[in-house]
Amino acid sequence: MKFTWFNLMPWPYLPEDFRQKNRSVWVDIDSKLFDPAKSHELYNTYMDLLEYAGNSGFDGIGVNEHHQNGYGLMPSPNLIAASLARRTQDVAIVVLGASIALYNPPLRVAEEFAMLDCISGGRLVAGFPVGTSMDTNYCYGQIPALTREKYREANELIMRAWHEREPFAFNGRYTKLRYVNVWPRPIQQPHPPIHIPGGGSLETFDFCLDHTYSYSYLSFGGYLRGKALMQAYWDRVAERNTSDLSPYRAGFAQTICVAETDQEAERLYSKHVSYFYNRCLHVYPGFADAPGYRTIKTIQKGVLSQYARPVGGLFPELPWKDLVEGGYIVAGSPETVRQRMEDLIQQLRVGNVFCLFHIGDMPKEKCMYSTRLFAEKVMPRLRNLFSEYEGDNRFWCKPLSNRVSAGVLPADSEVISAVGF
Amino acid sequence: MELKTVQTAHVPVRYYEAGQDQPLVFLHGAGGLDLDMGFLDALSEKFHVFAPLVPGYGDSEECPELRDMLDFTLHTWDVVGALGLNDPILVGFSMGGMIASEMAAVAPHDVSRLALIAPAGLWLDEHPIADIFALLPYQLPQYLFYDEVAGSKVLSTGADLSDPKFLQAFLVRNARQLGAASKIMFPIPDRGLATRLYRIQAKTVLIWGDSDKLIPPVYAQAFLKGIAHADLKIIPESGHVVPYEKPEAVIRAIACLA
Repeated sequence: MKFTWFNLMPWPYLPEDFRQKNRSVWVDIDSKLFDPAKSHELYNTYMDLLEYAGNSGFDGIGVNEHHQNGYGLMPSPNLIAASLARRTQDVAIVVLGASIALYNPPLRVAEEFAMLDCISGGRLVAGFPVGTSMDTNYCYGQIPALTREKYREANELIMRAWHEREPFAFNGRYTKLRYVNVWPRPIQQPHPPIHIPGGGSLETFDFCLDHTYSYSYLSFGGYLRGKALMQAYWDRVAERNTSDLSPYRAGFAQTICVAETDQEAERLYSKHVSYFYNRCLHVYPGFADAPGYRTIKTIQKGVLSQYARPVGGLFPELPWKDLVEGGYIVAGSPETVRQRMEDLIQQLRVGNVFCLFHIGDMPKEKCMYSTRLFAEKVMPRLRNLFSEYEGDNRFWCKPLSNRVSAGVLPADSEVISAVGF
Repeated sequence: MELKTVQTAHVPVRYYEAGQDQPLVFLHGAGGLDLDMGFLDALSEKFHVFAPLVPGYGDSEECPELRDMLDFTLHTWDVVGALGLNDPILVGFSMGGMIASEMAAVAPHDVSRLALIAPAGLWLDEHPIADIFALLPYQLPQYLFYDEVAGSKVLSTGADLSDPKFLQAFLVRNARQLGAASKIMFPIPDRGLATRLYRIQAKTVLIWGDSDKLIPPVYAQAFLKGIAHADLKIIPESGHVVPYEKPEAVIRAIACLA
């Protein structure tokens, strides 16, 4: 099993009446709600938390990309990842990911991922999301009906750039380059493992299987709701007679809260969970799905209407009990959490779990407490699930064995004596 | 009207046809032809009307090869050619007006009469056009109609978004139709027409509802300024969907070209 500690980096200062007074937390969120001076401490705290998790036994620490979003402060996940690469030692740096259709030329992603892989000593797990409609279409202006074609072309360009060792010309429809010659190149050859966060598009299932990328479903709906979607994925895997059913072909994101007891979990975390589900997920439904963003085939299969569609309307004001029983969140004592996580892992057949421990406006200390309990009392007991697939290293990073870490800065006098003046 | 099919280089195109004498091609807006059928019936009493569907609209086949404005413009010329028409009166409403303008700018000697009904295609920073790709169904009437209440009733006939079957059909239709429209209208319905308007040679009539809240009448002035031989007819007590709300007035305005 691979456990990645994931931080969305939510803005924790949304007012109590946010939902009543604002139409959306995403795309056209009131920019006056952002206070740059407060964000200084916040960014540093969030990066501290990721680094803390990196030292707590998690396999990976994860970041992702959102734009104009009140629950995601990372328009550029690579900036955060670069900083994490310097202050962590062994943990994988999971960037889930960089939206390859948004960059012109998309080669920029190949370059930045290569840089991250080099700086971290081969610890990069890379992600190529199509991107949500909010990010891709409404914030970044990509034409919905052409987004997927552009995405596929970007993937082709990046893959060729990583595989080929001579400069080549790329005559794409969306990108034309005379001299593709990516420099620097990633340590992991031919390229770092790729994960694709998806929202149930059939084309994305096939895309992952065609390229041996891992498919992950990052929702906030929890595993009971995610089951049908993941089942659709595994059905597709079987339908195509894929060579193996390795659980590492799949990943799932889950909000998790651990305390000593179930009651303590509610007491410590319910406020922050409520902040997240009731304020951060308040998305105007008109931004959920630009016409043409989903393919007709996907809509007709009906995967969407049930599981992925109404971002805004999906989470009515839910009390703690409903969130826990409905599986939106996995919360409670280490034993409760272990049972539910085992259920999740088995039912969805996922070898990669993206664990969301920082929730809404949760303070650092509570987040560390929950993280620590999971790392010490839950994770070790889930480690051996799917042990028969332990050797499957197609979807995880392969770091250099001899890695350096950030150096200690010498005193001025040491510099001078080292040069021999 | 009769629904027929004509083959073009890329895709079979569905079109409505009725009437006789002077040929007239009507290009629909992003909402499709649903609201325009009454207008077209009345129009076909005076003209030989051809109303092709943009690929993806109605029951027509989608066309992935159409990606940008030039593709749409040349494709629509292909349709005119496939219908065997020579210098028809070219009429376009909203998105169709954008396409018609581009056609007339690209091939100025092939269009001598042009009617643009509340056309899209220009963008004025001081008067931003509402984002039709982010509007929810219940928000549409306020932008489209002069009489919002009556408009709401027309649009919601048979609509029950809580019925999963209906919802799915609605989503598919949206993805097909607005998905196609998005190629030339998203995120902003401007593909550089302003720099090409000067090429239009046709005698042009601009037809605008005085209460258009989607593309406000101030845009009429921008078109007037750009097109050499253009007149403006403002239709009183009408919103964006002028052909639906004031068919007779629109037909009279078009008839001035004949």
